Amino acid sequence: MTALAALIRRDVRVALRVGGGALIGVLFFLIVVVLMPFAVGPDLALLKKLGPAILWLGALLASLLTLDRLFTADHEDGSLDLIVMGRTPLELACAAKALAHWLAVGLPLVAATPILGLLLNLDAIATGAVALTLLAGTPALTFTGMIGAALAVVLRRGGLLLSVLVLPLSIPVLIFGVAASNAAVSGPSPFGTPFSILCALSLASLVIGPFAAAASLRHGLD
Amino acid sequence: MRLSGNGLRCVRGGREVFSGLDVTAESGHAVAIVGPNGAGKTSLLRLLAGLLAMAGGSIGLEGGDPELTLPEQAHYLGHRDALKPALTVSENLSFWRNFLGGGKPGESDALAAVGLDRVAHLPAAYLSAGQRRRLSIARLLAVKRPVWLLDEPTSALDITGQAAFAAIMTGHLAGGGIILAATHTPLGIAVQELRIGGAA
Repeated sequence: MTALAALIRRDVRVALRVGGGALIGVLFFLIVVVLMPFAVGPDLALLKKLGPAILWLGALLASLLTLDRLFTADHEDGSLDLIVMGRTPLELACAAKALAHWLAVGLPLVAATPILGLLLNLDAIATGAVALTLLAGTPALTFTGMIGAALAVVLRRGGLLLSVLVLPLSIPVLIFGVAASNAAVSGPSPFGTPFSILCALSLASLVIGPFAAAASLRHGLD
Repeated sequence: MRLSGNGLRCVRGGREVFSGLDVTAESGHAVAIVGPNGAGKTSLLRLLAGLLAMAGGSIGLEGGDPELTLPEQAHYLGHRDALKPALTVSENLSFWRNFLGGGKPGESDALAAVGLDRVAHLPAAYLSAGQRRRLSIARLLAVKRPVWLLDEPTSALDITGQAAFAAIMTGHLAGGGIILAATHTPLGIAVQELRIGGAA
């Protein structure tokens, strides 16, 4: 356990220091959400209607932005070799890295949602619903994205490829995340159903992601 | 303890790097892998470290911990130093000590042995190439592993650094360790030579 705790602590620390990914993710989220009213126009009713979808898209893109560094940074400086050789199972090490990425990048996005909700004319309930769905759904984005991040190491300079690979995988998360948020705001449909599916997607990705990423890393090391 | 590889074959990118290569190293002995550039010195070390898939042959470690694989009992010191520029010298070392497991608490001994105890609080980004190499060597001391796989270990080290590293390697061999080092320059310790890839 000390090995995994050390890995999580190191990755969070690197992300929070200068040049790390934590602040970049939140800033990107802010920019995307601030740009939307300029694109859509100052129609408050429309903004309110689109709000949950905009927040979800912003969070999706922001969490993807820093994801390609998840393994490539370790690959470039040689740390990945030592992690693969270590006595800790590679699947657990991958899970620890993804958890650290979520703590450093995903969690700040959830924390920023209430402030950004104001910009989109969302009321307290809608903002709370979006924040809750993001809290449940962003782990799925990180843990499925991790598969793409591992492939990006194998296929050299696969940074751009990552978005193409990962975005289709995140469609179910996006659908149920936005559906649950909208259900809480307006819909006649219940909040619980899409939210449960969203949680299920997160739990499934928590299991599948580390195994797929570890298999890809093992296969592709060179 | 005895490390042996028989009939090793390595293929990278569809090209055969070497085949039918035998390598043995006994406890307390160092093997220097020499050969021209591109002969496969690094590939051989990475093969032993489990970082490359073997295309043929077998690798065994007699007298090691039967519960652990060879890579789990080995240190690999590659071209890249496995350091995070944003972390300080002592944070980098204590991470590897915790992650690789074991080792005695406190990095100061290992840092002092490589002459980095005065810069322990500096971010690794400010280190010179030689200092980065010294910090990687400190990792070998902080965590005890019987087999050391070293790839050009003395590159970027100054004369005193090379002498200090020779003393560190001597200490490791005296404790029954095994060293395999790919190198172009003399290591300053008694070695058996393994030549691969024709004349140097």
